[in-house]
Amino acid sequence: MNANRPWWRPDGFTVYAVIYLTFIYLPVLFLPLFSFNKSKYIAFPLKGFTLQWYQKMINTPDLLEALMNSVKVGVAVAILSTMFGLLAAKAVTRYRIPGRGAVMGFIMVPLVIPGIILAISLLILISQLDIPLSLWTVGFAHMLLCTPFAMLVLISRMEGFDRCLEEAALDLGENAWMTFWRVTFPIVLPGIVASLLLTFTISFDEFVLAFFLTSTDPTLPIYIWSSLRFPTKIPAVLALGASIFVISFFVVAFAEWFRRRGVKTDSTSGF
Amino acid sequence: MSDAIISFQGVSKHFGSVKAVEDASFDIQRGEFFSLLGPSGCGKTTLLRMVAGFEIPSAGEIMIDGQPMSATPPNHRPVNMVFQNYAIFPHLDVRNNIAFGMRKAGLTRAELDKRIDEALELIKLPGYGKRGAEELSGGQRQRVALARALIKQPKVLLLDEPLGALDKKLREQMQIELRQLQQQIGITFLFVTHDQEEALTLSDRIAVMSEGAVIEIASPAQLYESPGSRFVADFIGSMNFFEGEVTSSTGNTMTVQTGALGTVSVSDSRAQMTSGQKAWVAIRPEKMQPVFSDPGTGINTVTGTMGPSAYLGDRSHFYVHLPQREEPALVALQNLERSMNHLHKPNQTVWLQWTSDAVVVLPRD
Repeated sequence: MNANRPWWRPDGFTVYAVIYLTFIYLPVLFLPLFSFNKSKYIAFPLKGFTLQWYQKMINTPDLLEALMNSVKVGVAVAILSTMFGLLAAKAVTRYRIPGRGAVMGFIMVPLVIPGIILAISLLILISQLDIPLSLWTVGFAHMLLCTPFAMLVLISRMEGFDRCLEEAALDLGENAWMTFWRVTFPIVLPGIVASLLLTFTISFDEFVLAFFLTSTDPTLPIYIWSSLRFPTKIPAVLALGASIFVISFFVVAFAEWFRRRGVKTDSTSGF
Repeated sequence: MSDAIISFQGVSKHFGSVKAVEDASFDIQRGEFFSLLGPSGCGKTTLLRMVAGFEIPSAGEIMIDGQPMSATPPNHRPVNMVFQNYAIFPHLDVRNNIAFGMRKAGLTRAELDKRIDEALELIKLPGYGKRGAEELSGGQRQRVALARALIKQPKVLLLDEPLGALDKKLREQMQIELRQLQQQIGITFLFVTHDQEEALTLSDRIAVMSEGAVIEIASPAQLYESPGSRFVADFIGSMNFFEGEVTSSTGNTMTVQTGALGTVSVSDSRAQMTSGQKAWVAIRPEKMQPVFSDPGTGINTVTGTMGPSAYLGDRSHFYVHLPQREEPALVALQNLERSMNHLHKPNQTVWLQWTSDAVVVLPRD
């Protein structure tokens, strides 16, 4: 492309890119904008600046409880599905397993089953087993959904690194367990962080499974959905949405920074 | 009593129906630089990996310093390995790579630092301790891999084609350094390579392998000057083979009747063959002396015509067509003088001469 082109006469690709990014991010930016608007109604023109919705958000126990429910389920699901994903990825990439293709296929199936089908089947199963619906059942369903994602991320990371490194650690006198902690884990760590973030995010904003499988403790998406019926509750939800947006921006920025430096430094030296 | 540091006792390794190593039995002496040489797929790397403990023999036993190793996992064997791709830990710097295996050595921080500094000195990379693995060149990675293994003071250092990834100049330099290092520290080296020149340069003894079997074990000079089979003669260096039949055999002297060379007399032969036996007469290219005027004597001389030639700088190679032989003979000549005319004219008549101790006789079946 011509580097001498002045910025006020962009070429077709630049125009396309700008329109594309606007289309994606403009609606999201309305969230913080209206969260500071001094009006109950989400409409232009803006009425003036206020922090009252943030105050209201903090003073709405239901909302905070729903947020905490989602965080609890999300963290538990992220840790467990990443652990299972790591074990599965190690098994698939390091050992010869009979029927490996079939096993992989079965684990990956939840990726392509429509959420609503999975939700109904789980609801039937769980009620047949007489298990009461709770955050536990939501968490269980989310793990089913998240483990294949964790596996995909971790398998690609495990395949990317050289088996000789693990053999070298064995050769230098470490047993299998210490080889994992001193070589495999630090090298796979960026993949683990990516998997934790991905699975947490999936669980955090998952609606259909949570809707079917929760009882009196709603997760955040369920709470927001039910709030839509009450216009007075909406501005506080906007404030919450804006807060989550800012927090996730910093989390992703941190994760990216960590991923880039993670490869080079030594975080697990035995000395 | 021999002082064997490694003893292979009927070692075999089968992968399904593939026989990677078949009944290997030999000893490696303490302090030796020993090479396993053979074409790719000959089983040399499998044999090395069995010593390291990454593969378990299907049959037989490997003894290291008198101890059977079958039940010993890799992390408890008194050997260390330099991997083909060096396997430098990418998340650790040079110091921590070298220190990796010393966690259980029971050294204080200061003792360990001293040992690492010595190791860096040994591999001529002092001051490189803080470098990351990605900042090292191929040759430097190789040295770090060496230091990381040697600091463990193994009884045997295993090297899996460690010079294969380096360019020619660096490879030749590393060959010399490796040989000096081995003589300096006196540890037994077990070296795997497919490069016969490298094996000849480095080794005290070489085991030539083919299709899972050890064909011959001997010193570099013996393998080159007095090979025991046609395979070894052919694999190591270049060789001209002439079909023949033994006509007389007395003591160390044999006479062989060949089609292309006429009657050849051989002295100091390794193979003791009887009259009437089929034989190969083999002569190295540099041991056939070309003469461009009739030497007058018919003994150990053959007349031919000049074929294509190649100028290689230090020497020239040319092919000589002989009557009664389809394949031309390869002749190598040192270019002892500076001259722009080392290439000879095709179709020129040339006489090739050799001495009777330049000839090797091998059984032909």
